[in-house]
Amino acid sequence: MPIGMTIPFTAIRWDDILFVALAALVVGSGLLVVTMRDIIRCGLAMILCFASLAGIYVLLGNPLVAATQVLVYIGAISILVLFAIMLTQTKNAPTRLVFQTQAWAAALAAIAIAVFISVAVTATTWPSAGAVAWTDTTKLAQTLFNQNVLPFEAVSVLLTAAVIGGVLLARREPASAEEDRP
Amino acid sequence: MSSSLDSYLVLSGLLFAIGTFGFLARRNAISMLMSIELMLNAVNLTIVAFGAFIPTLNVQASVIALMVIAVAAAEATVGLAIVMAIYRNKKTPLVDEYDAMKD
Repeated sequence: MPIGMTIPFTAIRWDDILFVALAALVVGSGLLVVTMRDIIRCGLAMILCFASLAGIYVLLGNPLVAATQVLVYIGAISILVLFAIMLTQTKNAPTRLVFQTQAWAAALAAIAIAVFISVAVTATTWPSAGAVAWTDTTKLAQTLFNQNVLPFEAVSVLLTAAVIGGVLLARREPASAEEDRP
Repeated sequence: MSSSLDSYLVLSGLLFAIGTFGFLARRNAISMLMSIELMLNAVNLTIVAFGAFIPTLNVQASVIALMVIAVAAAEATVGLAIVMAIYRNKKTPLVDEYDAMKD
């Protein structure tokens, strides 16, 4: 049985409810990421934030970017961050001061950015903005692999370089190299 | 509400501001990297929102968003590797104790 466009007995659209819920999740978990004391919980809140953003991409009619968000951000980057947290966390880290001493100035700057962006966005009328258009994944793939194949290959080279660079940077130096140092 | 471009752009502005606050205010280097990821996600949301609402940008915006995600993955790899390398030398993840270049 198909469900209608609106919630039964009300005029509220499902899309609106979903958008409000997902936006609240994004902003709420984002705030948790930057304010919680225990950094491992910050990492878990970051996963929640990425997941609700993937939901927003689905609302925007872009399933491929949503899937990539889940695969790359939740599956790869979050796991990498969680591993780095576990490798660098000391026992007394959560109880110590979490914020810099000038955190109030940072809060002021962030609020100013939020206010300026909101005012600028709402004051602008976007002339060619229509309704939400579903992104055709077949067309997207054709554009990506025909017109944009050079940037695509450049990104793959960049990823290879990043992996090699990451291994080189994080590698423990062999004991003989310590003695060779001046 | 979900059918206006403004609400998505305001949401991404809020997320970007949260990321800015985290980057400026947190002491832990990994927290700062997590805030950078939040900011990158905010920018990506802007790109995808414009792509969804403006028909001529529809496909190109998705291409750009995918590229941004790939480059963000590379950035996270290198950034976390740098944090690990510094942590091995200084034994702390707190950025305000990294003062080797001060004097």
